[in-house]
Amino acid sequence: MTKSDIVEAVYQNVGFTKKRAAEVVNLILDTMKDALEDGEKVKISGFGNFEIRKKDARKGRNPQTGEEITISERRVLTFKPSQVLKERLNG
Amino acid sequence: MNKSELIKAVAEKGGLSMKVAKEVVHTFFDAHIDAILEDERIEIRGFGSFVNKKYDSYTGRNPKTGEKIHVPEKKLPFFKVGKELKFRVDLEDD
Repeated sequence: MTKSDIVEAVYQNVGFTKKRAAEVVNLILDTMKDALEDGEKVKISGFGNFEIRKKDARKGRNPQTGEEITISERRVLTFKPSQVLKERLNG
Repeated sequence: MNKSELIKAVAEKGGLSMKVAKEVVHTFFDAHIDAILEDERIEIRGFGSFVNKKYDSYTGRNPKTGEKIHVPEKKLPFFKVGKELKFRVDLEDD
């Protein structure tokens, strides 16, 4: 499934034009991205939570040369599926 | 931000009634949920992708009691963040 399938679903369910449906789908994605970029959690009941996690700097190795390198501290985005979704998927 | 806050933000920014914004946001996530339940891969450019991973069954232990328990095989949706968002999320710290 890609974004165009979601746009199609919005077009069919809500009765927007395709152009308007695409705009609104992008608006949902941009709103979520902005929140995440600000370090805010996005919690969608029945689906799951998106969360920013801070990773400390750590030592790693270049797998090709074996050279030791420092991997700088960073922030990563994680998704945790909701209990409801997990149960539906395995029920 | 939770789902109702997302609905409110979409209503305000998109000039939609709360009712319509709610329908759109629910359609958006229902489409995701349906795809995941059908083991379909989801790919949203600039955001990320979801794919179900299969985990074999194993014998685990209840960490409190030490009792052995059988964990049946299961599927879980795995999210991989897209390049653009990965970059944006990491950059904010600087």
